[in-house]
Amino acid sequence: MPINYYLFLSLALFTIGMVGVLTRRNAIIIFMCIELMLNAVNLLLVAFSKMHYQAALEAGQLATQAGVEGQLFVFFIMVVAAAEVSVGLAIIVMMYRNVHSVDINFLNRLKH
Amino acid sequence: MSIVQILFWVLAAMALFSALMVITSKNPVYSVLWLIVTFFAISGHYILLNAQFLAVVNIIVYAGAIMVLFLFVIMLMNARQEGAGGSKRWITLAGTVSGGIFLLVLVAALKDSELKTRTAMVMDGQVGLIKVLGNELFTRYVVPFEISSILFLSAMVGAVVIGKKE
Repeated sequence: MPINYYLFLSLALFTIGMVGVLTRRNAIIIFMCIELMLNAVNLLLVAFSKMHYQAALEAGQLATQAGVEGQLFVFFIMVVAAAEVSVGLAIIVMMYRNVHSVDINFLNRLKH
Repeated sequence: MSIVQILFWVLAAMALFSALMVITSKNPVYSVLWLIVTFFAISGHYILLNAQFLAVVNIIVYAGAIMVLFLFVIMLMNARQEGAGGSKRWITLAGTVSGGIFLLVLVAALKDSELKTRTAMVMDGQVGLIKVLGNELFTRYVVPFEISSILFLSAMVGAVVIGKKE
């Protein structure tokens, strides 16, 4: 599979997540769009990992470990994302308890 | 078209469509459900790339744990409506246009790059198997692995402290 296909698919997913962050006002949906962007990057990392693995195989290295770092990066990104979600949702719950809304426009009191 | 290509295009279309539905649904519960569909499509891509470990972890962690957390929070706060009829029209327009420009610039920059002739190995390769990744994780990457457990502990404590009623 050409790596370009994965590249453009990931870019499209990332852009959709970015547009969601820019246009929506519900804090939970913004948070979900951030997860979407993380997943787009994960998909691209796995595709690049397989690209390097194939390049190493074609260079004649059997039993190669090329590309394993990319997949471990994805694993650690998932770990960090899980921790981030637990803390972030706790913050959103606390915000809802204080202002009785998850609309981010109510957060502009941080300005003054 | 081979079976691999058909699977790729079906999964890609599914991922893009459900991602679009995530950001266009009015009801946050529907957004969560569409996001689960997106994660399953991405897991399908991982299986297609023979990254079996990550496919399983993606379903367990993302589609399982994280999405249940989202659903619980949404049900707890009954955040059904997006106050006063959603976003302003010009904000939606500006966000979409800037996202489109972002995509345009990156596609234009990358479409003729060196990567044009490279391919990713699909349906084959040992690198994504649990045995290989586990070996790496418990030898060369054992220190980051243990540090991530400390990260989880601190995230758990932080979530409890933040979420606690004063």
